[in-house]
Amino acid sequence: MILTSSIATFGRYCSFMCRAFSLPQKWAVFGRRIMDEIWRLGVGSIPLVIVISLFIGAVIAIQMQLNISSPLIPAYSVGLATRDIVLLEFSNSILCLILAGKVGSNIASEIGTMRVTEQIDALEIMGVNSACYLVLPKVIGFVLFMPVLVLICMGTSLLGGYLVAVFTDIITVSRYVYGLQALFNEWYVWYALIKSLVFAFIIASVASFYGYYVKGGALEVGKASTGGVVSSSILILLFDVILTKLMLQ
Amino acid sequence: MIEVDNITKSFDGKTVLHDVSAVFETGKTNLIIGQSGSGKTVLMKSLVGLVTPEKGRILFDGRDIMTMDSGEKRHLHTEIGMLFQGSALFDSETVLGNVSFPLMMFTDHTKAEIRDRAMFCIERVNLKGAENKYPAEISGGMQKRAAIARAIALNPKYLFCDEPNSGLDPRTSILIDELLSDITHEYNITTVINTHDMNSVLGIGENIIFINKGYREWVGNKEKIFATTNEALNDFVFATDLFQEVKEYILHHGHHAVGSARRDVKKGYRGE
Repeated sequence: MILTSSIATFGRYCSFMCRAFSLPQKWAVFGRRIMDEIWRLGVGSIPLVIVISLFIGAVIAIQMQLNISSPLIPAYSVGLATRDIVLLEFSNSILCLILAGKVGSNIASEIGTMRVTEQIDALEIMGVNSACYLVLPKVIGFVLFMPVLVLICMGTSLLGGYLVAVFTDIITVSRYVYGLQALFNEWYVWYALIKSLVFAFIIASVASFYGYYVKGGALEVGKASTGGVVSSSILILLFDVILTKLMLQ
Repeated sequence: MIEVDNITKSFDGKTVLHDVSAVFETGKTNLIIGQSGSGKTVLMKSLVGLVTPEKGRILFDGRDIMTMDSGEKRHLHTEIGMLFQGSALFDSETVLGNVSFPLMMFTDHTKAEIRDRAMFCIERVNLKGAENKYPAEISGGMQKRAAIARAIALNPKYLFCDEPNSGLDPRTSILIDELLSDITHEYNITTVINTHDMNSVLGIGENIIFINKGYREWVGNKEKIFATTNEALNDFVFATDLFQEVKEYILHHGHHAVGSARRDVKKGYRGE
């Protein structure tokens, strides 16, 4: 039963994506909509990304120092481990899980409200492909801006660890900075960026799907918003495993 | 002209429209009336293509919407304006933005031309001064008028209105009715209005289709409705004591007596 309904939902999602990924009816309007979405979904998320990254980066550095302090492990390992955790997992997977809550619920509730207030019907009756008009700019805008958020997250998280080194005596600044540079693998940055593109697509498209097919009123919009966040979070975790297996082995 | 030919529509095995046929004439205000749950909204949604009937034909000046491909349907939709029950204005756009939207999407006009046309429509519905306000900042009646301005922006051949007076006070309802009627005659539009407002029925019902339990029960106009012997229609239209008295008054004095009284009321509302 659950399997049948999951396959049916996946089929509806694919058909919805086919409608969304069609040629825009007016390129100038489409371009403007992408810029709006980059501003709203992407630039609007920068403050949250900075705050979370700064604190989590600091916490990772402290945790590393507390947990791996041993005469057998070099002191610069704190910087190295902080860097690798941030690059490999926090700046993409964990950040995207957080953004699934913020951006995903925003998208699902916006489109869901448009559905229940007949704004989507109004678009259809005007002859506008509502899926393409509403969803495509969100998906493209968010996917395009996601690498910027990831890079900001990486920089700010490492800065958080640096501030711990500066303002506390648990690790020296020079050892932390040395650790950041030691055994650096450039591929980790590309790995994080590629993963984040997939996750950004999942967040924007799954949340749009849930919002677009809302039936009922305000209560259902809330349920759709929750459904969008939960589903995209599960998919992010699933694809995290798949992409890690594919790209790091 | 829109011709509906024997359409049937079911949901989950329950038939909500049974072989309904009707003709909606050009240049007239065509009203679909019926109780809640009678199938009139499904009929209107079938007309505009939001719902696909299982059988039958819907012809827009001879073009069958049921056999159109998506491109033809999209083109037909540019000839359609629709006023929704809840106005369905875009929350993130001002009144001017809402009215400009169809022009921006479907014409190659310059920004100045789009603004001029949008302002013309806004002025036509007496909303001048509210063009920079957002839907949340204006009253329900003004939202309806903004939605009418958006619906007529592309000079539609067909105008559909789903319960245009719902949630409005009697004064505003009459003004909206009057506006829809004027626009219909001025631009020779085929206007289809879905309503259960008896003031609209008696005021602007030039062609009335009564739907009861999914069947087309009666066709006529505002003059004929008073002399009908159809029991379901009588129960629906003259359900209140007031409308019973109106009916008796008209049967004694003729329809023109009410028409003249209604004109006096409208003048009063306009402050003339």
